[in-house]
Amino acid sequence: MVADQLGVRPSYCDVVDLGGATATGMIWRAAAAIDAGVCRAVLCVLAEAPDPRPGVRSPTWPALPNAQWERTYGSLGPNSGYALAAARHAHLYGTTDEQRAKVAVDQRTNACANPESLFFGRPITVDDVLTSPLICDPLHLLEIVMPCFGATAFVVARGDVARASTNVPVRLRGFGEQVSHSSLVSMPDITRTPIVESSRRAYETAGVGPGDIDVLSLYDCYTITVILSLEDAGFCAKGEGGPFVADHDLTYAGDLPCNTHGGQLSYGQAGLAGGASHVTEAVLQLRGEGGARQVPDCGLALVNGNGGILAEQCTLVLERGDA
Amino acid sequence: MSGSAEVEGIPPRPVPESSPYGEPYWAAAVDGRLVIQHCPRCDRLQHFPRPWCTACLHDELDFVDVSGRGTVYSCTVVRRNPNPAFATRVPYVLALVDLDEGVRMMSNVVDCAPEAVTVGARVRVCFETVDDTHAVPCFTLDPEGT
Ligand SMILES: [Zn+2]
Repeated sequence: MVADQLGVRPSYCDVVDLGGATATGMIWRAAAAIDAGVCRAVLCVLAEAPDPRPGVRSPTWPALPNAQWERTYGSLGPNSGYALAAARHAHLYGTTDEQRAKVAVDQRTNACANPESLFFGRPITVDDVLTSPLICDPLHLLEIVMPCFGATAFVVARGDVARASTNVPVRLRGFGEQVSHSSLVSMPDITRTPIVESSRRAYETAGVGPGDIDVLSLYDCYTITVILSLEDAGFCAKGEGGPFVADHDLTYAGDLPCNTHGGQLSYGQAGLAGGASHVTEAVLQLRGEGGARQVPDCGLALVNGNGGILAEQCTLVLERGDA
Repeated sequence: MSGSAEVEGIPPRPVPESSPYGEPYWAAAVDGRLVIQHCPRCDRLQHFPRPWCTACLHDELDFVDVSGRGTVYSCTVVRRNPNPAFATRVPYVLALVDLDEGVRMMSNVVDCAPEAVTVGARVRVCFETVDDTHAVPCFTLDPEGT
């Protein structure tokens, strides 16, 4: 459909749906198609449009397989699933509401430096997060993504094509993907995500480690997702994510810049395009086009996409390509 | 049995679509028994029921009675649910329960203050009638449970 609208006759067409990991998953698939000689450049498009049916006002989400066994119990899918992970993490490791709230506050600070974010100009405090309504204990309203409509597109191209572009090229230096389960009951430890494997492969193929990364783009459907991602991508030990986010400044001006566009929590989540915002933000930062929120000397970015309830993970290492 | 939660004008809990491999689970629940799908070839339990064993792909599975006792692996209090069937239930406890037999299932912990349910709490099964062919296994706190 996109090809027809644009008048393009592609030699390669695909549909990717890995939930929140779709955008990162698209990138290595596109790169693999280019490596296989199937094409030279791949246009990746992700969009969430309003439902044309009258009365339907919010994005619709496909039911996860096996959801029927959970609907009986009033499962809300992601909201209750991530709440169960947060509750278990709090029980095992003593992670506090204040520590999780810090993630939302730092990302809001980032959003306030990004005029394109949904919550631009509206800073929040830890108190604001903790006094927002509980939705699924222990998660509060301000720990949950803001659904919205929108679209994202990016081009993955062969090196010579990218270098001929007017933009500073960004190189895919490494990637890893891991899917572990569909239903939450099939996840052996709901505080340990397959980011452990996807990030390890991304680091190995890139030949770098967590200490080399200048900017982080970690899929953030909930505050707890960022904490679990930091642990499983090797920035701190399992269980130490709470104190870690309390001790580090995750803003664009901080010691560990993370989700500098505001993340989905504050930038907005336009369906599958939500996870693409982590990719485009990393690209802007690497190009030095971050404007008021630019991270200085930004050469290497880690981007993680997370789909389902901590189920589908695809991690990328992106590098400024003109060095 | 913890009886029926039928309330005038409120739709009942949604129940899973009927499937040949899930039917024995629901039939047992109507009888007040909790059963779990079992693979006679590799002697493994799995939940929820599937057409085959996810460990060895054997597709002639049976069901075995379990004790109905378990431990809360994690729990959350759901405070909002747009589904009308849950309008009068909020706030309610959604939990992952580890049965003593080693199987994890999603369920509700009922008949107590939601805040009383904690990770690690001992629970035992009870059943809530939905209709003539469906009862839903839920759990109650079981402080004496060992
Ligand atoms: Zn088997």
